[in-house]
Amino acid sequence: MDIVWFVVLSAFIFCIGAAGVIVRRDPLVILLCLELMLNGGNLALIAFARMHGSEAGQVFALIVMVIAACEVVIGLGLIVAMYRNRLRIDVDEMTELRG
Amino acid sequence: MSATDYGWLVLAFPLVGMLINSFGWRVLPGRLPGWIASAAIGLAFLAAIGALVQMQDLPADQRSLVDSAWTYAATAGVRIDMAILVDPLSVFMCLVVSGVSFLIHIYSVAYMGGDRGYARYFAYLNYFVFSMLLLVLAANFVILIIGWAFVGAASYLLISFWYRRGTATYAGIKAFVMNVIGDVGLVIAAFLLLNETETLNFGPMFDAAGEAFPTDDGTLVAACLLILVGAFAKSAQLPLHTWLPDAMEGPTPVSALIHAATMVTAGVYLIARMHPLFELAPTAADISAIIGALTLFFAATVALVVTDLKRIIAYSTISQIGYMVLGVSVAAYGAGLFHLMTHAFFKALLFMGAGSVIGAMAGIQDVDRMGGFRRAMPFTFVTFTVGALALAAFPITSGFFSKDEILAFTINRGGGFWVLAIAGYIAAALTAFYAFRMVFRVFYGEPVPEARELEEGHLAHHDPANPMTGEAEDTDVGFPGPGHYIAERSWPMKAAMGPLALLALLAGLVQIPGVSDVIENFLEPTFEDSRFHDTAPTEGSELFGLGAGGLISIGAIAVAFTLYLRRPGTTDRLRERFAAVHTFLAHKWYFDELYDAVFVRPAATAGSFGRRVVETDFVQGFVVGGATGIVRAGTSFARAIQTGYLRAYALLLLLGLAGLALYFLIASS
Repeated sequence: MDIVWFVVLSAFIFCIGAAGVIVRRDPLVILLCLELMLNGGNLALIAFARMHGSEAGQVFALIVMVIAACEVVIGLGLIVAMYRNRLRIDVDEMTELRG
Repeated sequence: MSATDYGWLVLAFPLVGMLINSFGWRVLPGRLPGWIASAAIGLAFLAAIGALVQMQDLPADQRSLVDSAWTYAATAGVRIDMAILVDPLSVFMCLVVSGVSFLIHIYSVAYMGGDRGYARYFAYLNYFVFSMLLLVLAANFVILIIGWAFVGAASYLLISFWYRRGTATYAGIKAFVMNVIGDVGLVIAAFLLLNETETLNFGPMFDAAGEAFPTDDGTLVAACLLILVGAFAKSAQLPLHTWLPDAMEGPTPVSALIHAATMVTAGVYLIARMHPLFELAPTAADISAIIGALTLFFAATVALVVTDLKRIIAYSTISQIGYMVLGVSVAAYGAGLFHLMTHAFFKALLFMGAGSVIGAMAGIQDVDRMGGFRRAMPFTFVTFTVGALALAAFPITSGFFSKDEILAFTINRGGGFWVLAIAGYIAAALTAFYAFRMVFRVFYGEPVPEARELEEGHLAHHDPANPMTGEAEDTDVGFPGPGHYIAERSWPMKAAMGPLALLALLAGLVQIPGVSDVIENFLEPTFEDSRFHDTAPTEGSELFGLGAGGLISIGAIAVAFTLYLRRPGTTDRLRERFAAVHTFLAHKWYFDELYDAVFVRPAATAGSFGRRVVETDFVQGFVVGGATGIVRAGTSFARAIQTGYLRAYALLLLLGLAGLALYFLIASS
């Protein structure tokens, strides 16, 4: 199969994730969308790895998964902390970093 | 052990004593810190005797020993060793300093007994003696300056010892600032001399100075005058004397230590040590002699009218140091140092007696409120009177021989020195008068309530108050302690005052014209290169001087007796009659006011101008305000981007990423 199909699919998944991150206000969904973006990237990595016949891309994909897991742990932890403090689970409410 | 080994021991013992008390103050019980400190100084005194014995075994021309422990600094062609110089002059100073300090330590063991800062006090005291010994043993300018500055720091700590007293901390700062003026003079002098002679070690420098400088060379005179600035600041000579009377804020034994045996004599020692330079620069030596004479006269007049007991003795110290400075400046080195020694004895004794009286008065220092302590305090009365006799140069006492020897040498120089000698004799009469003014007002007359209380067998107590301002003080933190101590009831105070009284009475016998010449002979090796070596006054003129001095002393004491005991009230009439003179003297010739107007006020005005205009308007308003204004304006765009919305940040990230991707796509195609 042509590499183009894989790259296009990967780009679609990435863009869906990116659009979700930008438009959604629920941090849980934002985290989900982030995962989509990462997996879009993973797909491209593995596709290129197969095209070049080297394992380096697969290794990178594994590392990205680990990082994604870590990120979810922290992200969920933050959301739980928000919930415990009776804050509204809405990223637009948290704008203290405004310059 | 050689003489230099003993010299190192002299330094080591006070240092160890200081370290033990500094680190062990929490665990050392009761009066142990005092005894440790006393033992340290006692051992230093024994080591000084060891150095003396070792040195007397050497031939006279080899009695100048230098020993270096390590190289202190080696840079730019100058090598400075941590070296000590053991010669008759330094051993003499070590003996006087450690001996008198030892007795003062013993006295302090009892006198400071009620103070909460007991161990701290003795750590400071040992540090002070260590600094002073380092100063006199230094073999080069750098070590000398280190010791010099240490002494200044130690005096600051001791004068401000009761740090809850505002006046005491102020006095400490004043003393420190005055001393630093002297330090700066000394450092610049060292630079000038290093520049010309290319060494900082005393021996080689004095040898090289003879070749590097013609007589009265401008640079050398400047260097000597700067040395004098250092000496005068330490020795409280005009015009740098104002710190010394204020330094009476410290505990009384501190006054005895700083103003009798040690710190104030450092300037005299310095001039004696630098005598080869001063003989090459007679102009500087003459200026020094004139200032010494002015000072001794000025301080004696002020001592006539001051009413604070310790400040009378303080002005008397300034006056007596003036005699010593006059002595060493007219090349009467042996006489000047002899007076330094006898003065150390009788002045320490006077301060100790004053401390005992102040103890009996429960902290009051004003002689107007004292009187009639003769029966209540027999021991203090006798020892104080001995000290006063020696200060008044009463015949056969120690001050009699030493003071008159200085004046005999001064007359012997002839010419304008006659004027200085006459000033010295006038001041001698004033000295005898104010010495017995103290005795008659404190011990004679109608007993004051405190004296009556003591006669009935118990010590007076007042609410603790600052003797200068009358403010109530908090003795609960021990500054000063709630207890009062008098010599009659504390054996360590007696043990210190007894030997000093004997020395004050008899120490003059070591050097009687035509009979004995111990000090002069001992110091001979240090001063034999002096060009005035063979110009000592004849025996006849010295004996004539002694006779005149004795008559002046007895006459002045008789005047004091008449004014204060035979016809009490005469002094009040005199004060009213000569009110202007009295006011002038009572304001100490307006030196403090003059300095206030010349230095303090302009500095304060400049300071407040700087704070109001430079700081507020220029620095805060223009420099700081301008810089922040520019940054604030330049960052308004960046701040606008920081919306705080997560989505906006994510969008920016994506746009950036898209931009990068676009760039690479275009670049690669």
